[in-house]
Amino acid sequence: MAFRSIGAGGRAEDGGEDSRGGGAGAGKLSFYEAAPDEEISLEDFEEYALDRLRVLKEIEEARSRGKKMEEMDPLVSDLWRKHMGSDSSKKDVISHFILRLAYCRTEDLRRWFLGIESVLFRHRFRCEMPAAQQKLMDDCNLPYKAMTSAEIEAVKENLESVARSTNQVSNSKMYYKVPFEDVPELVSGRKVYLRRGEAFVPREQLSFLVVGQFRSRLSKALVLTNRKWISFIAGEEKDRLAPMVEALSTRYLGPDYTQPKSSNEIALQDLDQLAKASFPLCMRSLFFQLRDDHHLRHGGRQQLGLFLKLEDALAFWRAEFSRKVGVEKFDKEYAYNVRHNYGKEGKRTDYTPYSCVKLIMSTPGVGDHHGCPYRHFSEDKLRASLGGLGLNSRQVSSALEKTRSQHYQLACAEVFEAVHGCSSDGINHPNQYFEQSRALLQQPKVKQMCSFSFNDTVEFFSQEEPASGGENNNNDANEEKTTLMIS
Amino acid sequence: RSFVDGKHPSCDSSFFGRREFSFTLENDIYLRYMSFRDASEFEATVCEKRPQKIDIGAVYSVDPAKRLAYASVSNDRVFAPVEKELVFDVDMTDYDDIRNCCSGADICLKCWPLMTIAIKVVDSTLREDFGFDHILWVYSGRRGVHCWVCDARARKLTNEQRASIADYFRVYKGNENNNRKVSLPTHLHPFLARTYSQFLSRYFDEEILIKQSLLHPQENADKVLKLVSGQGMSMQYMSSAYSELPVQLEEKKRNNRLLPDEINRQRWADLQRKLMQKRGIQVELVFTYTYPRLDLEVTKKMNHLLKAPFCIHPKTGRVCVPIDPEDCDNFDPTTVPTLPEVLVFRLKHVNSSFSSVSSCSMI
Repeated sequence: MAFRSIGAGGRAEDGGEDSRGGGAGAGKLSFYEAAPDEEISLEDFEEYALDRLRVLKEIEEARSRGKKMEEMDPLVSDLWRKHMGSDSSKKDVISHFILRLAYCRTEDLRRWFLGIESVLFRHRFRCEMPAAQQKLMDDCNLPYKAMTSAEIEAVKENLESVARSTNQVSNSKMYYKVPFEDVPELVSGRKVYLRRGEAFVPREQLSFLVVGQFRSRLSKALVLTNRKWISFIAGEEKDRLAPMVEALSTRYLGPDYTQPKSSNEIALQDLDQLAKASFPLCMRSLFFQLRDDHHLRHGGRQQLGLFLKLEDALAFWRAEFSRKVGVEKFDKEYAYNVRHNYGKEGKRTDYTPYSCVKLIMSTPGVGDHHGCPYRHFSEDKLRASLGGLGLNSRQVSSALEKTRSQHYQLACAEVFEAVHGCSSDGINHPNQYFEQSRALLQQPKVKQMCSFSFNDTVEFFSQEEPASGGENNNNDANEEKTTLMIS
Repeated sequence: RSFVDGKHPSCDSSFFGRREFSFTLENDIYLRYMSFRDASEFEATVCEKRPQKIDIGAVYSVDPAKRLAYASVSNDRVFAPVEKELVFDVDMTDYDDIRNCCSGADICLKCWPLMTIAIKVVDSTLREDFGFDHILWVYSGRRGVHCWVCDARARKLTNEQRASIADYFRVYKGNENNNRKVSLPTHLHPFLARTYSQFLSRYFDEEILIKQSLLHPQENADKVLKLVSGQGMSMQYMSSAYSELPVQLEEKKRNNRLLPDEINRQRWADLQRKLMQKRGIQVELVFTYTYPRLDLEVTKKMNHLLKAPFCIHPKTGRVCVPIDPEDCDNFDPTTVPTLPEVLVFRLKHVNSSFSSVSSCSMI
């Protein structure tokens, strides 16, 4: 199969300079300017794509655990070597272009792909030799001026101050003046000195600028690819490539929670009991907060609302909110929002329920109760909540231990195991927790091998050993389970 | 025609037509994606529909009112925001956990200094760090302030860049489930250090400590101590000297002439002494009680709509007047004119053009 007809984005007019990634013998890192000019088998097509996807998913996982830049660098190198091999430029370029096809088709997919490929690029860039880095920078034609030593001297104290505040060593002799718009990550984290709209970027952090270039080029390329896909390819390659490409993006972002499966819809009267038995902690605390206070702020409404696929969501929210604000006010101020979430207003998008990564990255503020409890609760509050779930002190400690080392999803999985007496297949999404819980609790026989008939995609993002049955701790768990059902 | 060419908006005759407005009518009917050819069409529609609230949104690629005519397969590219002022929203309810005088929608002159601080910090940073010049501050009509940055450079910012600016300002990280609200590194970024020494420290000592009576009576003091204790300082240690006062003040106390202000100052001095070894905690405390708390979501997205300046706030009737950041210490929200006052003023002082007022039937 030749790539020529599916070439996405521009071709290298100057014929494959090293850093453009045009083919064999290319430098290791590139901007993927030119589509590869190769023939590969269909098996390789799929394998290359899957391997790259594995790398991307593991990077996402590591980020959600709050790993710092310096920790990510070796991690990414290892991942790359493990899945992509060491002499990998051909596989690198091909797999990138295949995934472009898979992830160009909607805005959400593009946003995810852009974000995660940029992270990958950044860490690979940081690990490059300075000569290779310089070449890439030259190729971007970065228009930034190096500062003169007089200019640096004038703001020396401030530059040192910034370095100290971010625990960097400030022995840089080279600084560049860059418009703040070009370094959003540095601005965001207060990692750079700003004056009158200019950021003074030390040489060590130039990677941000190169990454910025990478991002904007890839962003444009994705839009272009999407247009081409829509207009010619879907027709020509409809039976051959299209199904495979489409499967790539839906299979590996995990189970698709945008389509409401009817078996998932919950009846209003069952809610309390379901919440106690099967909601993950994030949704459970929001739910009971709502029950207690008859109110939730916007972030909480979004998070809980998208999680609950109710037969009649409007009735649920109205019943709760009207206890505090009255039916009229609810209909005026909140009903629109609820209907919007279920795709009945405005853009008519049925919003996807938030994944764990999204909850972990969210920023609850004053008056908010949303987010991921393992990340956002204080330790005391978390301890109390876990106690309320029926965990014994050993189980609570074990979960807290995971939280302290920022393994939030592992903590949640621990809690799942403690509550159900059986380990989960990994927790990446609140709805996944719920489904696994329901599947377990609805089984007629309690003592069973805890394996699930999830589709076989789970192996691609679970890092845990497959569940091997909870024979040993089933006895204790039975006790706890029965108590839960009754309470 | 190109609209990203750096020219002043007035040169582009399509600019106004591409601006989104929204109206909130009586019975809370909400109309979005409104746009107008010119000022007179705008005026006519306002008079016809009589909105209670008018919001301003972004300037889009095509007239919002005509967007459906341009819908096509990949319509997320055809109708999209092109420019929008950079905006900030500071709301007093975000400070409820540190206000002792009011809560919720109420404001008074004892808590208003929190807004003054927000204006000063944000305004100076937007100018000094980001290089913006054309900044409008507006009273929101009830319990906060809005900021509109109108520089061309600001209008062209992407959502990601707006988010990065919002995050640059972000310090407060508390939520309902976590007490520890402010967590700063030992060594501060120059922006935070400057903010502390130029504004926060001074306003804390002179305004917030006294007006909010942070350290008196005991229940107020306990709230503060709770924040501080648990970081190697026990509550007992912190409050041990509270019943003791220096000789001069003891005298006054015996004669029942001791003012709360003096008690607050005394206790603060005492607390600072105790925290001398842990200066970081003192700094965090001052930040907690003074640093601006911005509604980040308002800033981050281009398609967010914000109340128009000079509107009448539907609940209070007050005019959303501009505030001069150079003079904001003297701004008094309780004396902002209301709609009836404005009309009475017009009746008294403006002879002609009264007919246009009555034709809109606003009275």
